[in-house]
Amino acid sequence: MLTLEPVYVLLGAFLLFAAVADLRAKRVANAAFWALVAVPFLFGKAILTASTAGVQWPAQAMGVGVLALGALAARAKRSASVPARDEAERAARAGNRLFLPALLIPLVTVAIVLACQYLPGLMAPLLDLKQATLIALGLACVIAFAAALRVTGAAPASGLHEGHRVLDALGWAAILPMLLATLGSVFAATGVGDAIAAIVEAVIPVDSRLACLVAFALGLVLFTAIMGNAFAAFPVMMAGVGLPLLVHRHGAHPAILGAIGMLTGYCGTLLTPMAANFNIVPAVLLELPDPYGVIRAQWPTALALLVVNFGLLWWLA
Amino acid sequence: MNAWPLIGVAVVVAGFAMRRNPALVVVVAGVASGLAAGKPLGELLALLGNAFVGNRALLLLALTLPAIGLLERHGLRERARDWILSFRGLTLTRLLVAYLGLRQVLSMLGLTNVAGHAQTVRPLVAPMSEAAAERDAGELAGDERMRVRALAAATDNVGLFFGEDVFIALGAVLLIQGFYAQHGIDLQPLQIALWALPTAVAAFVLHAARIAWFRRRLRADAARRAREARDADT
Repeated sequence: MLTLEPVYVLLGAFLLFAAVADLRAKRVANAAFWALVAVPFLFGKAILTASTAGVQWPAQAMGVGVLALGALAARAKRSASVPARDEAERAARAGNRLFLPALLIPLVTVAIVLACQYLPGLMAPLLDLKQATLIALGLACVIAFAAALRVTGAAPASGLHEGHRVLDALGWAAILPMLLATLGSVFAATGVGDAIAAIVEAVIPVDSRLACLVAFALGLVLFTAIMGNAFAAFPVMMAGVGLPLLVHRHGAHPAILGAIGMLTGYCGTLLTPMAANFNIVPAVLLELPDPYGVIRAQWPTALALLVVNFGLLWWLA
Repeated sequence: MNAWPLIGVAVVVAGFAMRRNPALVVVVAGVASGLAAGKPLGELLALLGNAFVGNRALLLLALTLPAIGLLERHGLRERARDWILSFRGLTLTRLLVAYLGLRQVLSMLGLTNVAGHAQTVRPLVAPMSEAAAERDAGELAGDERMRVRALAAATDNVGLFFGEDVFIALGAVLLIQGFYAQHGIDLQPLQIALWALPTAVAAFVLHAARIAWFRRRLRADAARRAREARDADT
């Protein structure tokens, strides 16, 4: 049965390839950076297993690695992308067949995910259904890479070099989502959420339904913006304001409050650089000069939806 | 209550405002919060290490890079542009609104990882949007080209977020259900999920209107530039 572990190891191997290629090009900071990023993929399972068994030094060493990544992030150079003329000449040769491998990534992912959903009996012996989506994505990438090699007639090594080129163009932005999720864990473990909920409770007049609803909605947006993740904000604001004040005191409908409350948090996700994988990484991927360009393009939608959600909460919940 | 760990939040806000390297800011914020909460160094390091490893699934998208990088080197983005240009009636509005709707529907069906910034926006949707915008409005000014790209990425985000969890119970709905269950309120996942539908419809309408508005302004600006150029000639 295929688990997520081989997919992780494969990604670790690609990251090691990038590190070696950077070392050969005398880009030492980049090489050290990718080598450190490869560690959680190659040894992640061992680190977590040791930690559960009470052996903390591997996790602590990884923690030192995280500090080093922060220090290296500013030093690793981001490389430029391909010249457009090169692209144009080759495009004429390969033609529309180029689309096939690119579309294989979404298509193969969908096919495997749907198969796991509707034919669990058939798929269960093949792959770990709990991680089906991510395993499907990993398989789709391998298949698409093979197809891309075939269509372009390139050697596998040159394919990996092209991947490394895009990876170096991403640089630190590639691991920002992981670092932010790590920060979220630290915030949770140090009680940052409880402190914010306590402050919100201390400042609102609890007898007013309007005030409670405003505090709930704005609290969700603000806390999501700080944590970069509505999933982290939701339980905190629900426990602090939603459940005790809105559901118990003012009789809000729990299902409506929960569903629309979560989507109110998503409005915050559209507004914050902390949600790096949605807002900062694409700005880098699309080579925008302004790292906040994507946020600038979507904040009006986010604010309009915030108003809509607030209205829905007021009338329905 | 210990308010000191909030210092991590202050570090994040200050660091982003001062435009320091975000990766460095985030690491410093984590250390600041941990130390302010009185965590021993060893425990804090283990917490950082375990959390970093535990969240490694977030980098799996990097597995798309060899295929996408290779195809781009052989002209995928150029090809995407040419392909869009072969459809006469496909305006920027129609292209992006169709993508928005498709992304919302896929996301409703739980197929959230199917599209995305690395998989579809950079190689396909962004160059297609640029091509459509160029046909709509003529040559794009440098800043306009960047705004078209940014709008393509924003459209992906809006479609993903506000389609999620309408019909199929995934992450968010299960989180909501789990929260209530812990506090003694039992709800069915579908009961929660369907209430996401009004917001999903509103998101589609509002963002589609913004895309149409963006295209109108792009055309108006291009027409004004052309007029000015003509006036300068005569």
